[in-house]
Amino acid sequence: MVKLAKYLFATVAALAVFLIFKLDPALAQEAAGAAPAAPTPPINTGDTAWMLTSTALVLLMTIPGLALFYGGMVRKKNVLATVGQAFGATCIITVLWMIIGYSIAFTTNDSESLQKWIGSFKYFMLKPMTIDAVNPLAGSIPESVYMTFQMTFAIITPALIAGSLADRMKFSSFMVFMGAWLILVYSPIAHWVWGGGWLGQLGALDYAGGTVVHLNAGTAGLVCALVLGPRHGLGKENMAPYNLVYSVIGASLLWVGWFGFNAGSAVTANVNAGMAMAVTQIATAAAALAWMVCEWMIAKKPSILGLVSGAVAGLVAITPASGFVNPTGALIIGIAAGVVCYFAAVHVKKAFGYDDALDAFGVHAVGGALGAMMTGMFASSAINSAGKGWLIDGNAHQMLIQFYDVAGTFVYCAVMTFIILKVIDIIMGLRVSQAVEVEGLDINLHGEVVQ
Amino acid sequence: MKLVMAIIKPFKLDEVRQALTELGLQGMTVTEVKGYGRQKGHTEIYRGAEYAVNFLPKIKIEVVVPAAVVDRAVDAIVAAAKTGQIGDGKIFVVPVEQTVRIRTGETNESAL
Repeated sequence: MVKLAKYLFATVAALAVFLIFKLDPALAQEAAGAAPAAPTPPINTGDTAWMLTSTALVLLMTIPGLALFYGGMVRKKNVLATVGQAFGATCIITVLWMIIGYSIAFTTNDSESLQKWIGSFKYFMLKPMTIDAVNPLAGSIPESVYMTFQMTFAIITPALIAGSLADRMKFSSFMVFMGAWLILVYSPIAHWVWGGGWLGQLGALDYAGGTVVHLNAGTAGLVCALVLGPRHGLGKENMAPYNLVYSVIGASLLWVGWFGFNAGSAVTANVNAGMAMAVTQIATAAAALAWMVCEWMIAKKPSILGLVSGAVAGLVAITPASGFVNPTGALIIGIAAGVVCYFAAVHVKKAFGYDDALDAFGVHAVGGALGAMMTGMFASSAINSAGKGWLIDGNAHQMLIQFYDVAGTFVYCAVMTFIILKVIDIIMGLRVSQAVEVEGLDINLHGEVVQ
Repeated sequence: MKLVMAIIKPFKLDEVRQALTELGLQGMTVTEVKGYGRQKGHTEIYRGAEYAVNFLPKIKIEVVVPAAVVDRAVDAIVAAAKTGQIGDGKIFVVPVEQTVRIRTGETNESAL
């Protein structure tokens, strides 16, 4: 325990010190002379009420939504460890987001060349976030609400990775990995797309996080699966889920919470939020049906796990498109997501042999990348003037921008995740011993069991 | 006295219990068990991962009866638990040497 605390503290402290004093010219400038204060726009109470609600909904996606979704799919001996990963991630990320994560992602770096890549460090410990502070990215709500809303996105993204590393990672290493990944991967990529960085400047369309959240987490999941190696006994032992009812409840909570995720990404309570909610519902149902039909035809039975997996795939794929497409576009994106993610999670995984235990890559990375590309296809300026797509508005160039978004996220995430995992492996090891894995993580790592 | 031990399909438990009660038997012990016979197991598929499940859930009933009642008890269980499908189960009858009712100290048939 002392060892773990030491590692955690050392990681956080080293990162904070390094980032604040080495990388941020803004800090030095700030000391020299104060920047001119921007006039404070009025707070809209309707927007604020909706964003308070959305924030609660998105937190619900991780705990208990994702925790139950994953928890139901593992074996009985690892149920607590799996739901505990989602809960533990929620806590460590909340604290790190408060300390520096928000600042890196959602504040503007005074150096224009650095702004492309990373935000400022002015918001270290959220010091400038006074009671009436407003972030220019969300002009009609208090910054405290915007910061917490974005925090819930920062929480679910690393937590999704747990689907790939299930059943075999040390809890201590997992917690350190979550923290390091948040600071080094999530926060910069969120800045690139949403914080005014290079992808946002290029015009990449990612309404609620198809690449920032889902492709990002799924790619990290694939790297985790490859670095950790397959679970002991994969293909020989019975790894049937402990209780799929938990997974159905979890997926249902994800679906409901996703209205906060997508419609909340309007950051206002307006027409865009309304349409985002409608297309989210449509794409999700279409994807669930599409996955079900594929499975019914190929495996001969429509499994309930398949039905809920299809729904999650649809939610993922509509995420980047949700503020830009019309209901027809949503229906097509949903059907495509159900079919493509079915083949990715069920057949491609088998063909390549990596052990993406609960399919974070097959559902989230594949669905996220597919959704990002299809956003470029189906974005309609009649829905959102900010998004001109290929098929409706004849803007084929958007496809190239979307591709940059997908490729940039994939490459940066894969490389950084690999480096983080290797460093943690050298310092403290990643994987539990075979004896622990065979007996179960719950009793060995946590001293508890589910009876 | 004989111990009648029957392995049956779980959903047949209530019918078997009723049939034995009608014979005048005043108690039984029931356990949830797993096993296989000629029915063998089944296959489960989760996102394409196939698992052969060899042990199927069954119910084991244990009831001790006077020797004179054994045949009727066995017949009652067979009649109630039979579906005609594979996997209906089996009945074993074994001799019992002694029975004691703990509360009163009564022994053998008066303790049943």
